[in-house]
Amino acid sequence: MRPIGESRRLGRWGGPAGIVGLILTGLATLVLLAFLVALLTTVLSKGMPAFSWRFVSTIPRKDFFDVDSAAILPMVVGTSLRVLIMTVFVMPFGVITAVYLTEYADPASPFTRGIRAAIGNIAGVPSIVFGLFGLGFFVNFLGRGLDGLTGSGVPVFGRPSLLWASLTLAVMTLPVVIVATEESLRSIPSGLREASLALGATKLETVWTIVLPQALPGILTGGILAVGRAAGEVAPILFTGAAYYTAELPGRLTDQFMDLGYHVYVLATQSPNVDQTAPILYATALALLVLTLALNAGAILLRSRMRRNLREAV
Amino acid sequence: METPTSRSIPAEDALDSESPSRTSPPAIETKDLCLSYDEAPALRDVSLSVPERQVTALIGPSGCGKSTLLRCFNRMNDLIPGVRVTGQCRVGGQDILGDGVDVIGLRKQVGMVFQRSNPFPMSIRANMAYGLKLQGLRNRVEQDRIVEESLRAAALWDEVKDRLDRNALELSGGQQQRLCIARAIAIRPRILLMDEPASALDPITTMRIEELILELRRDYTIVIVTHNMQQAARISDRTAFLYLGEVVEFDRTSRIFTHPRDQRTEDYVTGRFG
Repeated sequence: MRPIGESRRLGRWGGPAGIVGLILTGLATLVLLAFLVALLTTVLSKGMPAFSWRFVSTIPRKDFFDVDSAAILPMVVGTSLRVLIMTVFVMPFGVITAVYLTEYADPASPFTRGIRAAIGNIAGVPSIVFGLFGLGFFVNFLGRGLDGLTGSGVPVFGRPSLLWASLTLAVMTLPVVIVATEESLRSIPSGLREASLALGATKLETVWTIVLPQALPGILTGGILAVGRAAGEVAPILFTGAAYYTAELPGRLTDQFMDLGYHVYVLATQSPNVDQTAPILYATALALLVLTLALNAGAILLRSRMRRNLREAV
Repeated sequence: METPTSRSIPAEDALDSESPSRTSPPAIETKDLCLSYDEAPALRDVSLSVPERQVTALIGPSGCGKSTLLRCFNRMNDLIPGVRVTGQCRVGGQDILGDGVDVIGLRKQVGMVFQRSNPFPMSIRANMAYGLKLQGLRNRVEQDRIVEESLRAAALWDEVKDRLDRNALELSGGQQQRLCIARAIAIRPRILLMDEPASALDPITTMRIEELILELRRDYTIVIVTHNMQQAARISDRTAFLYLGEVVEFDRTSRIFTHPRDQRTEDYVTGRFG
């Protein structure tokens, strides 16, 4: 009998099967990286010529298909605003739902199962359907309803706007926030909850003072994912708020707005001269990538600061 | 088989060394207490009375229901879905099993220390003040006074007085557990429940916790679950031996370990099973 530990001498990589596994997984990673690099270099090399501080910081007054006068400040502002407003709505709703599901709801009840199934289904709905839903529910039903209540002759709420586009995106990203928050809440050791309850805390006090602060970094991860998902989406805002052209920056929630993603689509399909517009197109795509990256980086910084604070004691 | 359960304490036993008096009412009293998890019985007809200001140990093999019984006394079993409790359980003469019972108030009377030390990931001071703030005590001076007093009572003050604002998780395992004890007594409960408080600690630290329990015994009624029979013998005044959800024998600790009446108790305490 061979002594234990000498029975399998397979070397550093774990024998032939191990080497095959290593090569396959390594190749898969390489292919993925190659695509990413190809995408970034394309966007960078084709977009950089038209990318300038003037390009991102001015409002286009003349033809935005022309390289010399094209600019994207309104689109940068519009996309940033819709993502921020969406975050304001989706975070509280998502977090409260997740707290209910993990801390309060009976996991076996049909009602809870129903909610979970619904969340799963929302995550699977194509984004254009959200666009149609936003048009039907927010713009036409809620918006026109509000207009009817206020009795104004001209539609104020009953048309596409920053608010409705943001809300549509909030509905779309709700599952992301809920799932991330739930995971984060579940990772809090039950001993902490018990310790708090045993000291005479109510459930709400326990959730508010012990569980939620601990879960904050995980909740923020949900927010980061939601922002990442929403920033690049165009379909949900097509009918709910994005405009082909507005002369002014959006100043009110009920204003329509120009959007980076939608502008890429406009440049690609509506241009009178495709070759001439291509640099603007790629520069706009580049701006969208940078913006998404910046939003994510900001949230990640916030999260790491929070983690540090948690470690350093409250 | 004869099982002398539900025996109230014989009068001659009520006069232990430091017990207050034979007339003082039991701190906890259960009568025909039954508990089941999703129809699976975990406690059967438990009747016992826990005397005031003594240490009562619950011993028995794993799964005998000793932790479950302990968690009845502060309604911690409420957290588990599918639990059904019948019978009576009185703490300080008040029934604690009904739906209308003020569970929050009960838990302020009956503190608990858990098997795995569970300090909040906050400063030592914040850990200590948590229960006080829940009680509405906002005065910092008063808070600090009680924090010091409780940390002293838990024999931890000298080790942490210079770093009250450091994270409690930086403490050693034994210090964390003593912090949890200090945190529990900071809100002045009358009863302290301890669920294997030293089982995750090394022998030296365990000794310190045991010394602490003997100190606390003067001011608190202590019920301790332990799987360590020597520990029960060392620190408890009374011992209840549980087996398969029943209290097989409940008596003075010295008697349980020297002259048990039930064969199963004898087998367990002599190490023949368990």
